[in-house]
Amino acid sequence: MTELHSLGLQELRTGLDNREFSSSELVQALLTRAKSVSKLNCFIDILEDSAKKSASVADQTLGKDHGKPLLGIPIALKDNILSVGSRTTCASRILHNFQSPYDATVTKKLNDSGAIVFGKTNMDEFAMGSSSEASTCGPVCNPWDTSKVPGGSSGGSAAATAASIVPGALGTDTGGSVRQPASLCGIYGIKPTYGRVSRQGVVAFASSLDQVGCFARSAGDLAVLTSALCGHDPLDSTSVPRSDNSFEVPAGANIKGLRIGVPREYFIEGVEPEVESAVRKAIKSLEDQGAQVVDISLPNTHHAVNVYYVIAPAEASSNLARFDGIRYGHRASDCKDLKELYYKSRSEGFGEEVKRRILVGSFVLSTGYYDAYYLRAQKVRTLIAQDFKAAFESQCDLVACPVAPTTAFGIGEKVDDPVSMYLNDVFTIPVNLAGLPGMSVPCGLDSKNLPIGLQLIGKPWDESTLFRVAGAYEHATDWHTKRAPDSSYVDATGSAKDSRRS
Amino acid sequence: MDFEAVIGLEVHLQLRTNSKIFSGASAEYGGTPNEFIDTVTLGLPGCLPVLNKRVVDFAIMMGLAVNCEIRSLNRFARKHYFYPDLPKGYQISQFDEPICERGHIHVHFAESTRAIGIKRIHMEEDAGKNIHDSRTHASLVDLNRAGVPLLEIVSEPDLRTPAEASAYLKTIRQIARYLEISDGNMEEGSLRCDANISLRPVGQLKFGTRTEIKNLNSFKFVERALEYEIARQLSVLKSGKLVSQETLLFDSGEGVTRSMRTKEESADYRYFPDPDLPPLKIEESWIEEIRSTLPKLPEQRTKELCDVYGLSLYDAAILTAERACADYFEAVFKSCDNAKAACNWITSELFGGLNKAGLDISASPVSAAHLGELILLVEGETINGKIAKIVFEEMFATSKAPKQIVEEKGLRQVTDESAIQALVTQAFANNAGQAALFVEGNDRLQPFFVGQVMKLSKGSANPQKVNEALVAHVARLRKNPA
Repeated sequence: MTELHSLGLQELRTGLDNREFSSSELVQALLTRAKSVSKLNCFIDILEDSAKKSASVADQTLGKDHGKPLLGIPIALKDNILSVGSRTTCASRILHNFQSPYDATVTKKLNDSGAIVFGKTNMDEFAMGSSSEASTCGPVCNPWDTSKVPGGSSGGSAAATAASIVPGALGTDTGGSVRQPASLCGIYGIKPTYGRVSRQGVVAFASSLDQVGCFARSAGDLAVLTSALCGHDPLDSTSVPRSDNSFEVPAGANIKGLRIGVPREYFIEGVEPEVESAVRKAIKSLEDQGAQVVDISLPNTHHAVNVYYVIAPAEASSNLARFDGIRYGHRASDCKDLKELYYKSRSEGFGEEVKRRILVGSFVLSTGYYDAYYLRAQKVRTLIAQDFKAAFESQCDLVACPVAPTTAFGIGEKVDDPVSMYLNDVFTIPVNLAGLPGMSVPCGLDSKNLPIGLQLIGKPWDESTLFRVAGAYEHATDWHTKRAPDSSYVDATGSAKDSRRS
Repeated sequence: MDFEAVIGLEVHLQLRTNSKIFSGASAEYGGTPNEFIDTVTLGLPGCLPVLNKRVVDFAIMMGLAVNCEIRSLNRFARKHYFYPDLPKGYQISQFDEPICERGHIHVHFAESTRAIGIKRIHMEEDAGKNIHDSRTHASLVDLNRAGVPLLEIVSEPDLRTPAEASAYLKTIRQIARYLEISDGNMEEGSLRCDANISLRPVGQLKFGTRTEIKNLNSFKFVERALEYEIARQLSVLKSGKLVSQETLLFDSGEGVTRSMRTKEESADYRYFPDPDLPPLKIEESWIEEIRSTLPKLPEQRTKELCDVYGLSLYDAAILTAERACADYFEAVFKSCDNAKAACNWITSELFGGLNKAGLDISASPVSAAHLGELILLVEGETINGKIAKIVFEEMFATSKAPKQIVEEKGLRQVTDESAIQALVTQAFANNAGQAALFVEGNDRLQPFFVGQVMKLSKGSANPQKVNEALVAHVARLRKNPA
């Protein structure tokens, strides 16, 4: 008997609409599941009461013609996405008590599609990190091996989806924070084109790079969830009005003649051989289905990490200036004057990595260094975007490459070596710099039984091609069916069992 | 060695939009503290700015009015500093790409007119206010003003005297009020001014070291602060020392400037383009649309009042000080066709009345049409000038039409010769002694008798007719003594 928690979004839709089980039963099953795998530390807050309440409201409408794609389905939110009725902490001490008076636009859109906010997921503080270790709530564990990181910064959302606590979750992706944890946890993750999803109500890290994305355990599920998030928002001036905001994975997706660019700069030293071979195998599989594989060059790729670590901290140092202890969030006690209030509140409130980036960002924006760092980085950013543009204009319809150079690394392994941590995002960062859509697709397991991800990068606004290719790949292989074995992370004393009406 | 002052002003003009520059919260003045705020004003996490297009309209209007070039691709920049009245930790402003550049205005001052350059105008958001409660030793933050749109108008260092600086500031205010984009009220802070000032030996081209005086909140303080600062810098230079570049505050109580921070202490604002706001494109068609709605500006209207209506520059300047006043004048003229009389009535009786009542001309109880009608009544000799003033007072008090007042109060001028003759006879009878002297040839008594007759007529007799009647009456008596 299939357990409720293991069902995907689309299966849940069918089950709920056919009244095979109720939303309340589903929520209960997922709460039980969450308890049994609590050692993964996926959640900052599980919204048990409000989720149960929303489920019983959804149950009133289920079975009727509701037209809501996510009605009664629990979805988790990364804890940098505002939702009324819960804390939004960004895994930071400085916001440990922050309750938002308004919903993020994506939260509103989820609610409008009938989804139930199940909980707020753990993450790297302010989305700054690639391992989900830099959290006031402690590190998130990878369900495939709890001694490993799930990737980051949206590690809680990725691990919760991979561990079948929720059928899908929202994350944010500034330099790979959705795609890399999706890859390390063996699930699907997408970062849509910059401007596709509203950033209103998402706590800003680097505004010109941030984009909300999501996780699911199949390409089709991912398409359903992505469609629920997209759309123009007049409250976000960088959001773009589009008519193509609905995605699907067509049955029997045809990729004949599609030109897939394989950038040679993405298969370099530092990429684990098992990762390279799995990704090449995946590309071969697409070729076998009629796609045309093209060797391309994105010559400025090697600048991407450097450029990113100028631009992202610059914007972060500015975006995080509002956390001053005056109006909300942590305020230091016993301060003798305003200056001390600022110093102490921010020193106590922010973690090491956040402080590091605020310092770097303040430095590169300061008079005398602005031109050499920030302005120069912006120019190189343009070159990186032009690399993609040139390739898309003449050579290929999409790009395929690894998501990350390695599979999941050990918890604690890189915390004292920020640069090696930064390099884990070497293949995801260029996509944010160019504002392109990118997707992580499970494409293998290494010899340690850790997942490997294939990254698909599309032309601006061409998410539908990514879904088509992901669908075709999913059809030809069974990597998407691989789950972390329960034995590796389910609490032996807790009951992972739930019931399903039959 | 003689020195000359080199002065430039940075004017902050609060715009009269309904909502704030980057959110839908009300941009009203006043209110109870933190009444006009929303999530954007508070700088809550996740909040994003959305530009209020009206602010751009107003910036273009001001730019065109002061002959600036309008930039087609605009960017907003973040200016960073920490202060409790600045909720985001940065102010959204414009940095090296302001919306307007390279303009000028003509400033009339001390009988001459000079062109003063406008270096740039940019759009930005205002900060809130910190209120320090000395009783509880608490600092309170009111964010009603945070996010209210501002234009910062920066002049070239073309001003040479404090009085000229003040005249420039008044002209900027006048233009803004003509455009109806700002109240320009210095008391309420909708017009604020910082002044940059340096001295240099007369004839030298290179500028001296400047100081900046912050927050000058009245025209008088602009002049007084600059006068003080010129004297201070002069004594520094004359003693052979160097002026140090610093930011000063004007202490209006003591009438002195005090150092706020030196150059070394000045903040690094870490400007960079705001990634939340895409570049703003201003098409030529937008500029032309705004240009077509621009009202006539003070300079043009002053010229028209001189050239078309034949007024003196002095009178014209008074009448065009406010757009409402110039409009009023033209409306009065339209109904009476007498520019000089209209000017005189407005600048003397009407201004006096409005002043006393504390009213603005737009709230005048005397309508322009009524004032024109009054002028026509005098011209047509229905009433005389003296009565007209009485009628005007009644008009001011009751807003009634002058004709109605004249009828109701029986103030119509007596021009009927027999009626006046009767009054003359009466006056002679009442003052027999003086009458005898008058008839004997003492002509200096004529004004006395004019007065007597006017008194008998309760002011309504036509003075000229009275004079004529008196002269004829005395002549008759001299020829044929009674």
